[in-house]
Amino acid sequence: MPQRPAYSNLVKAIREGKFVFTGELEPEKDFDLKHVLHSAEEMKKTGKIIAANVTDGPQGDAYTCSMVPCYLVQEKVGLEAIWQMTVRDRNRIALFGDILGGSILGLKNLLALTGDHSALGDHGNARAVYDLDSTQLIELVSKMVDEGTDLEGNEIQGGKPQINVGCAANPNSNPRDPEILKVGRKVDVGADFIQTQTSFDVDDAKEFLKELEKYNIPVLLGLFPIKNYGIAWYFNEYIPGVSVPKDFLDALKATKKIKDKQQKYAAIDKINLEFYEPFIKEIKKTTKAAGIHCMAVHYERLFEPLLKDF
Amino acid sequence: MIITKQKDIEEIYEMIKPYSKILVAGCDGCCQPPRSINEAKVLAQMLELKARSNGKELKWKAITVLRQCDDRIAATTIRPFIEEYDAIMSLACGLGVGMLNRIFPTILTFPAQDSMFGGAENNGENYFVEYCETCGECLLGETGGICPMAGCAKNLSNGPCGGQVEGKCEVGGYIHDCAWVKIWERLKKFNRLDLFTIYRPPRNYQIWSSPRFLHIYEPISSEKEPKKEEKV
Repeated sequence: MPQRPAYSNLVKAIREGKFVFTGELEPEKDFDLKHVLHSAEEMKKTGKIIAANVTDGPQGDAYTCSMVPCYLVQEKVGLEAIWQMTVRDRNRIALFGDILGGSILGLKNLLALTGDHSALGDHGNARAVYDLDSTQLIELVSKMVDEGTDLEGNEIQGGKPQINVGCAANPNSNPRDPEILKVGRKVDVGADFIQTQTSFDVDDAKEFLKELEKYNIPVLLGLFPIKNYGIAWYFNEYIPGVSVPKDFLDALKATKKIKDKQQKYAAIDKINLEFYEPFIKEIKKTTKAAGIHCMAVHYERLFEPLLKDF
Repeated sequence: MIITKQKDIEEIYEMIKPYSKILVAGCDGCCQPPRSINEAKVLAQMLELKARSNGKELKWKAITVLRQCDDRIAATTIRPFIEEYDAIMSLACGLGVGMLNRIFPTILTFPAQDSMFGGAENNGENYFVEYCETCGECLLGETGGICPMAGCAKNLSNGPCGGQVEGKCEVGGYIHDCAWVKIWERLKKFNRLDLFTIYRPPRNYQIWSSPRFLHIYEPISSEKEPKKEEKV
């Protein structure tokens, strides 16, 4: 398949050989998106974050849609959005309509996801859709962008949407082989880039990135700086397949005793910097990763010190 | 087999409350767990007790049918009793209940079961597992005989998703197998990962839309019919 043009700043920068950083924004059950826009502004200020993902009902919860915050982040903050789209809630008709609509609004990146099952969310009795799977969603985007049609070949009037499409991959997957093979399918149907789930193990991440090299697709490794011990503990206990390294966890636990808020923040930041700075350096130096997807949701203050040397 | 789950006795009683004489019909067909004559008797007795505690008299007869979804068998078995009863309580799956309502239009047949899925016992363990969603577009030839429609919570054609951990599914608390990991394991064993890596395009859900019909035989056009004079 010939390479699709780079429509987004993200994909342009990757193709220029830059080592890029992306952030993550999470609209929740919000009518007011101030916190999303504030986080986006903080990311923009660093000058290091090229684009930010906007989540689509993570954990299967009913949250503010992804498309509108994406648009506002681009229009009001001037930060490019990576529009996360799951196939959980919409059939191919709704997906097509939304992609076309979002494209009219100027959205340039779409991350095609399966999505956490609705049974896990706050509307457990909802009927999950899954008319398409995430690979088929990539095919839909490819058809729209490359051929200017819907899945049935009906022509889109007035031009083709200009979108680059990404997919997810999980470095923690066990067994790993089916995950790698699945990514291959997604690349075959037209994925432009990969953003991975979070990794806490640099050797494991390097091995995973090595395995993905055969697909010749840019990969942004997911990292998750943790802003307090509670989140780290929750991650360790309740997110299966992911374990926070013990030293990292213990160091964060020790900060619980610090009473002064500023001192506590400084201590937490130091722990994250000591863990992630060498991690990122190692990935940048020794792998072909195109960048880092930094999922520091509501922890924007870390971006400046963490990314200053990159 | 059609796996069924008996409804709560309160719900069953509510359905037959307006009637005083009911025929309770078990099914010896593929319903699992068994819903035969013994189960029919037990249900009838429970309903009688329930009625009595409500100050009512309930007359009943328990019978069983070889297969309630077979119109001829169901008709011949049940017809002799129809005149004597006000309503039928069926222990069959939805197919049986639907069939009795169709072949006996003068009497209402009620369901004692919730029909769950097409499945079987799981290797002798204490639960039934879904094997087939009767989707009309069988993928088992590409998946080592393991169905991703029935076995995957997200019905994925190109799995696994990111929700599997050590081969277990995020839905249901990482207890159930991820169908796609099972498919990968099985195809790997037979050196057929070529089947795993195939990209499967969006499915045709038109053939999965209710109500579904299937012609028993293709209508033969008059041209294909042998002419009378050619017959020996």
